Amino acid sequence: MAGESEGECNRTNAFVVSARKRAMQNVAKRAGEGMLFAVASFVAVIVLFIFYFVARDAVPFFQIRGFSEFFTSSNWYPADDPAQFGALAIIYGSLMVTLGSALIAVPMGVAAAICLSDILPFSVRQYAKPVIEMLAAIPSVAFGFFALVILAPLLQNNGGPLLMWAWWILVSPFMLLAVIVISDLLTTKITEPKRRQQLHLFFMIFLGLLSVFLLFKVGTVLYGIQILTGTNALNVSIILSFMALPTIVSVSEDALQAVGRDIREGSYALGATRAETILKTVLPAGSSGILAAVILGIMRALGETMVVWMASGNSSQIPEPWFNYLQAIRTLTATIAGDMGEADQVTGSARFHVLFAMGLLLLVISFISNLVSERIVVRQRKILSGQ
Amino acid sequence: MIKKILLFVVLLSLTLSVTAGAAVTALVLDGSTTVGPVAKTFAAYFTKKYGVRVTVSESGSGNGAKSLINGSCTIATMSRAMKEAELAAARQKGVNPVASVVALDGLAMVVHPANPVRSLTKAQISSIYRGTITNWREVGGPNASIVVIQRESNSGTEESFKELVVGKGVQITGRAETQSSNGSVKSRVSSTLSAIGFLGHGFVDRSVKVIAVNGILPTVATVKNGTYPVSRPLYFYTNGQPAGLVKQFVDLPKTAEGKRMITELGFINR
Repeated sequence: MAGESEGECNRTNAFVVSARKRAMQNVAKRAGEGMLFAVASFVAVIVLFIFYFVARDAVPFFQIRGFSEFFTSSNWYPADDPAQFGALAIIYGSLMVTLGSALIAVPMGVAAAICLSDILPFSVRQYAKPVIEMLAAIPSVAFGFFALVILAPLLQNNGGPLLMWAWWILVSPFMLLAVIVISDLLTTKITEPKRRQQLHLFFMIFLGLLSVFLLFKVGTVLYGIQILTGTNALNVSIILSFMALPTIVSVSEDALQAVGRDIREGSYALGATRAETILKTVLPAGSSGILAAVILGIMRALGETMVVWMASGNSSQIPEPWFNYLQAIRTLTATIAGDMGEADQVTGSARFHVLFAMGLLLLVISFISNLVSERIVVRQRKILSGQ
Repeated sequence: MIKKILLFVVLLSLTLSVTAGAAVTALVLDGSTTVGPVAKTFAAYFTKKYGVRVTVSESGSGNGAKSLINGSCTIATMSRAMKEAELAAARQKGVNPVASVVALDGLAMVVHPANPVRSLTKAQISSIYRGTITNWREVGGPNASIVVIQRESNSGTEESFKELVVGKGVQITGRAETQSSNGSVKSRVSSTLSAIGFLGHGFVDRSVKVIAVNGILPTVATVKNGTYPVSRPLYFYTNGQPAGLVKQFVDLPKTAEGKRMITELGFINR
């Protein structure tokens, strides 16, 4: 009896806290929260500081030379006398390889993510994903060396056949899908089952033949192309897309996983096939995550320096015609890396500040695209949650 | 009190060591990046042999001249002769620059080994780099566009190439690809059928084909006697006639040991 009351007493004591102890706890709580806040704001402050210091050294360039030359001229002769700082071709080169790598990496990356999350059995996925993520661990200088020493001569010597095979392998699955989907769509309105089947078959054969003809025709055109220089925008786009792939695959696979089993099962329960579930339920639900993955991947390509410096050819020209990926280009990042050594920090000439102007431009581009993607993600979430 | 004494002692020993250091650091070299390898090798040799500390900075020929005029270096290394304006500025400051040639450097024009072109004139090379000649057909080669390869703008080799071949104040075409070192120019030219580039004489090997300029191939002999048109002497500039240690250093290229080092670095003895 005595023991019992003692135990009760102890139990109540555990919850009764003296005023002093409570004050201590309060202080500790404040300190802990404060520290976490400091760490979090530190990151934000770093970003602000980078912006400030880059902008501080970029502004003198525009004060000395004004805006129009930098953005409208393609004459990049920083070492000549008189010097010319036209960066239009360089900005164009940066955007060109970024777009090129996105065109290769985004369809491949998203397709791979769908395959990993919804099609491959779990045991395979367990091994496949870490292997894809390993791509991200390869240092960029190794990619650059590969691009310069192996891919560039390969493109020069066997460029045409390589392009043809790439076209066939990459485009034929999409063509097949398109043929099936289009002939499906063309025949949905027809109610009579037998007639629909006949028409469906006809469209399949007709469109199939058309696409095979297209594949073959474009293939022969590509086969005839002689690539003059292997260090060109195509080479860099291919390598950059490899570098962006692991990010895109990994992040969008996570997004697709996050869609959840219940939604998929709901879709199946309504009688949808697996393809319909993926296309009409899982992809829209995971679209904001996929978009974030794509933006991350594109930022990786835009900011990459070593590969473009080694393998883009570094000639400050806008290719002719403007979409010609087989000519050498020069990017903002490579120009900063290449000209930094010569730029005179002490006298602070225009040649020094122009590099910071380029850095600022890169910062602004990535800042804007991050902002835009953020907005799209938020809006997408609102739409999906029915608000 | 003890602290003050200690501080005094420390300061005194510091001053002593600084003055002692100044006595040992007899030679300060500043200037060309091209002459840099020679200057550094000489400096290491000189330090080993005479126990004299030699510092070498590579800030470009123009800065070397400036340093000599301002008295902040004992020897200016330059990959070009001093300009009239620099000489005038030197005279105004009471400095009398005296040149002595260290070595000769020939710039070899290189193409892919399979390219049938054997020789180009200086004017043709200039037109190729200015972008007015764009096809090998125009200079007696196959029908293929020329891939022009140059060096980064911070390269001394690029600067002398511009001066010797393209002409001063003339812009190299924007189509020209830019490589960051002699090695990467060689690698690109050796793997690109229709490329043309230029290399320091020491970097040439069998993976690329050297073409003659105005019918003359760069060899030790043609660079030495000045018939090869794309070559230049490399200089040491001193204030007044060199004497003592400075003279010993400047005269290193005349010794057998100095000649060996120059040859090993791929430059050509005068």
